[in-house]
Amino acid sequence: MEQLYQQVILDHSKTPNGRGLVELAPEALGAESHQVNPTCGDEVTMRVSFTGEGEQRTVSKISWDGQGCSISQASISILTQLVEGHTVAEAEEVAEVFRELMDTRGKGFAEHDDHALSKEDLLGDATAFTGVSKFPARIKCALLGWSALRDTFAQTGVLSGAE
Amino acid sequence: MTHTLTASELAAVRADFPLLERTVRDGKPLVYLDSGATSQKPHPVLDAEQDFYLQRNAAVHRGAHQLAEEATDAFEDAREQVAAFVGASPHEIVWTSGATGALNLLAYAMQNASLGRGGHEARQFALGPGDQIVVTELEHHSNLIPWQELAARTGASLAWIPVLDNGRLDESSLASVVSERTRVLAFTHASNVTGAITNVPAFVARAREVGAITVLDACQSVPNLPVNLHELGVDFAAFSGHKMLGPTGVGALYGRREMLEALPPVSFGGSMVEVVTMDSATYMPAPQKFEAGTQMVAQAVAMGAAAQYLGELGMTGVLAHERELARELLKICELEGVRVIGPLDLEDRLAVVSFVVDGVHAHDVGQLLDSDGVAVRVGHHCAQPLHRRFGVASTSRATGSVYNTLDEVERFRESLSRVRAFFKVN
Repeated sequence: MEQLYQQVILDHSKTPNGRGLVELAPEALGAESHQVNPTCGDEVTMRVSFTGEGEQRTVSKISWDGQGCSISQASISILTQLVEGHTVAEAEEVAEVFRELMDTRGKGFAEHDDHALSKEDLLGDATAFTGVSKFPARIKCALLGWSALRDTFAQTGVLSGAE
Repeated sequence: MTHTLTASELAAVRADFPLLERTVRDGKPLVYLDSGATSQKPHPVLDAEQDFYLQRNAAVHRGAHQLAEEATDAFEDAREQVAAFVGASPHEIVWTSGATGALNLLAYAMQNASLGRGGHEARQFALGPGDQIVVTELEHHSNLIPWQELAARTGASLAWIPVLDNGRLDESSLASVVSERTRVLAFTHASNVTGAITNVPAFVARAREVGAITVLDACQSVPNLPVNLHELGVDFAAFSGHKMLGPTGVGALYGRREMLEALPPVSFGGSMVEVVTMDSATYMPAPQKFEAGTQMVAQAVAMGAAAQYLGELGMTGVLAHERELARELLKICELEGVRVIGPLDLEDRLAVVSFVVDGVHAHDVGQLLDSDGVAVRVGHHCAQPLHRRFGVASTSRATGSVYNTLDEVERFRESLSRVRAFFKVN
């Protein structure tokens, strides 16, 4: 249990970053995404605003509201912390590495993975979710917010501009 | 009702369920309190299914060789066993893939009747604009969505009996919600969330006053209490094998004889026909006309064995045992921050106890219980409207079954008592 519910996860779930929806600025590029976890009925609504163009396109603001378990709430909080203020390309890289972590069945990045250290650096607090990846039923909880983020990227087409 | 299972009877029952011996999560003895989702299977059921494949496997209702005869006998004997167990006649039992399959079969059959299929006698099932289907607010999605869809396809409207704060159906609304327009009244015998047992006679009486067809979801009742469908007087009922100690992939639709005979078929093909020409076909009598194609014979045989097993245990004893389990389960109310969604009294309720822990999400509750070897269900238990009614997205649910002990419930309570401290909720 302690391996799964690391203190950092409990802390984030108690005082999450970015919680409380703010209006999207009408003049700025932005999108809202609503995602549901059908097994438990948990949901998140996320609003994401962007500034800049091309490679400099940046996630300027993330706000969200929702209900869910401590895993999902902490994951969205950490997502907000990791992604806000970073370029779309950087955000996408973090998202990819987080998804990769979720596929490691509780083992984390392999020791022979030359990039393990840089991946862990990239994820910061999100490495606390290594234990979550051991529980298949909970991976969806951890990915709920990341699915919302990806959906806002798709809606606005910002990814094509970042490549 | 006075005789519950003795300690030695319970020990003998548990010995029949090899899975209950295993450990989970690094050597913790398993406490399986998720039988409301699916039950474990005893040796006699597993043996019946294996024995069918090892000794008697052949196509049923066709072929004239000895194996075909034996397989057909086994298949039809199972139908008799299941029918006898629920107080029905064998020709009133249709094999289906499960209760969901049974309820969908019925809804599609009524649509076929609405399209004019099935001749004059099927017109009693025809729905159209102006007609109404009534369900209840605490239905499992399987006894809600097929009716939503049937209403949408036929132009009928949908109404529902509300749930009271104590998790029971509001019987007093039967008079107003069920009207002369009501053609179908579909309701559960026992809630898979609140555990409340429905006052079936009140529902049947109101339906008869207005000439509505009654449909009973008996998934939770058949495994846990004595059920006699003839005495209950419902027109149709659905239940599944896997919740009553039987295998997955099989269940039954019960239909009162005249009803089942008049109901048009839904699935067409081999085994359900009499005469086929290039233009048309005539169909077998019920129940065969609903059993197109090769059936789940081995599972049906095993479901028959499950009915036999429960019948020999005696359902009054099973119910009395589960009442003891319910009493112990409901003691979680004494834990700080734990709130039960459903009746707190033992009258007319199953050992199905759904609850919330204030400040802790159901998934997190379930995870801590799981780490102690206690398996419960978390989520909305396929009853989202009911959860919305109580203002929660999800609950945790513990269900006691014939093979659970009071000690297991105690272990569950001990584990649950640690939850708020672990998640640092005051």
